Amino acid sequence: MDNHRTKIIKDKVFLFTVIFISFLAVLPLMAIIIQLIIKGARVVNLHFLLSLPKPPPEGGGILNSLTGTLIIVGIATLIAVPIGLLSGIYLAEFKNRFTRFTEIIVNTLQGVPSIVIGILAYLWIVKPTGKFSGFSGGFALSLMMLPSVIKNTEETIKLIPSSLKEASFALGANYTSTLFKVILPTAMRGILSGVLIGIARIAGETAPLLFTTLGNPYMNINPYKPMDALPLLIFNYVMSPYKAWRDVAWGAALVLVSLVLLLIIIMKMVGKKWTT
Amino acid sequence: MLQDKIFKKLIFTCGLLIILLGIAIFITVLIGSIPSIKAFGFHFLSSKQWNPVSDEFGALPFIIGTLITSILAILISIPFSLSVALLLGEFFQEGILNEILSSTIDLLAGIPSVIYGFWGLVVLVPIIRNIEMKCGIPPYGVGILTASIVLAIMIIPYTASIAREVIRLTPPEIKEAGYSLGGTRLDIVRKVIFPNSRSGIIAGILLGFGRAIGETMAVTMVIGNSNTLPKDLFSPANTMASVIANEFTEATTNIHLSSLIQIGMWLFVITFLVNLLGSIIIEKTEIKGGLNG
Repeated sequence: MDNHRTKIIKDKVFLFTVIFISFLAVLPLMAIIIQLIIKGARVVNLHFLLSLPKPPPEGGGILNSLTGTLIIVGIATLIAVPIGLLSGIYLAEFKNRFTRFTEIIVNTLQGVPSIVIGILAYLWIVKPTGKFSGFSGGFALSLMMLPSVIKNTEETIKLIPSSLKEASFALGANYTSTLFKVILPTAMRGILSGVLIGIARIAGETAPLLFTTLGNPYMNINPYKPMDALPLLIFNYVMSPYKAWRDVAWGAALVLVSLVLLLIIIMKMVGKKWTT
Repeated sequence: MLQDKIFKKLIFTCGLLIILLGIAIFITVLIGSIPSIKAFGFHFLSSKQWNPVSDEFGALPFIIGTLITSILAILISIPFSLSVALLLGEFFQEGILNEILSSTIDLLAGIPSVIYGFWGLVVLVPIIRNIEMKCGIPPYGVGILTASIVLAIMIIPYTASIAREVIRLTPPEIKEAGYSLGGTRLDIVRKVIFPNSRSGIIAGILLGFGRAIGETMAVTMVIGNSNTLPKDLFSPANTMASVIANEFTEATTNIHLSSLIQIGMWLFVITFLVNLLGSIIIEKTEIKGGLNG
């Protein structure tokens, strides 16, 4: 009887320990978000979003880095989506040694440290053109975005029942029109969620931008010149000795995290609707 | 049918492009490293002299720094990621608690690295500094331990999501057999679930390790950026990734730049091998999913 009771107590103690440790694991996330909201909300307002940085001791706003991030991420998306989509279709529709090898490369690409991606973009674009530019940063980020677009496209298309395709072929449609009129529309949500998670992944990347877009305290929308980006601004301002700049960093961090988390939430909603 | 032929050529070309990209990455870093390989040979990996002024470069302090921070981060994160995995994969396989915890873990994985570094700098560094002052160690605050803690938080989602999938795969018959013999939850976890999902858990740990090795910004912000061999867990150091982030734009000589590229090459090779090993194990155990993307 006693033995039985100790067993039940042990069982409960174990369960609560596991719950407690898991709670500790997500505690930093809550701490980060609460602190971001408290300290960031003090600085973030419309004026903050629409004005340029000021020399110390003043702080200023984040207009240049916000537009920079949008432009750089836009460039990355424009490069990564078409290539990723087409190679994802290829990997889903064919299976041979060549696709097996391609899959290994895609996995490798996913694991390449972001700083190495930065070195590549420097050697491939910055060095030959002789200047730091927003475009080189966008290119670096596109390399980081490719794997998630490819994998999501491939996996979504593989899930489509072959009867759908066969019905289209039976109606006399050729492969290309089957793909554009049957496969891609069916797979749309899955592909879209891959693109969104890719964007969420690269929007906050800093390391690949350090020696490609470099950063720029002035307003610049020309992708062939150095640009600022939110993560770069956060990195540079956090390490600065001026309090006003660190406040700007808090505000920028709040804006960046909100953008990324919003993308993840939209992605989850898109993905969910697609599975049911 | 011509349309089909052209389109198939097009998607094949894109697949080919990906392969060429992979090969080009390796060749580029290899060519970039040649000057420093020629100058230092294998001595590059065993020398602890990193002196841009006298153009002497050895990467040992950074290799050691990377290994210590990553291993320490893994050790710190294991209890947390296994607990999360157990909750999601076994105790609460569905329901509201599962939803909340798994969304939180997804968000944790989505927070940019620079934000973790920011948080580490503002919150963790003062705490560590206080501890150091009480222990009578030079109170830097930044250093190996601080970097490892930040890294540990960052890799929990990666290890946990793989471990969750494999724990979920444990056949219910064995678990039920265990319970019917009078086993407690702890017994089942220790004697049935963990042995059964060992290889998947190891794969998850390996993938977390791969992330930790390559992680740059968060580490750069809290490790203290010192180019000497670390003396203890509290000393400032540099990892392979953080030294590149710190010195790449400031490298004035060719040999300095090439040495940094060579560090990048080894970083690429190591993460490639670690990830390859992890994904081979995953493929063998037939785990689906993992973290999104």
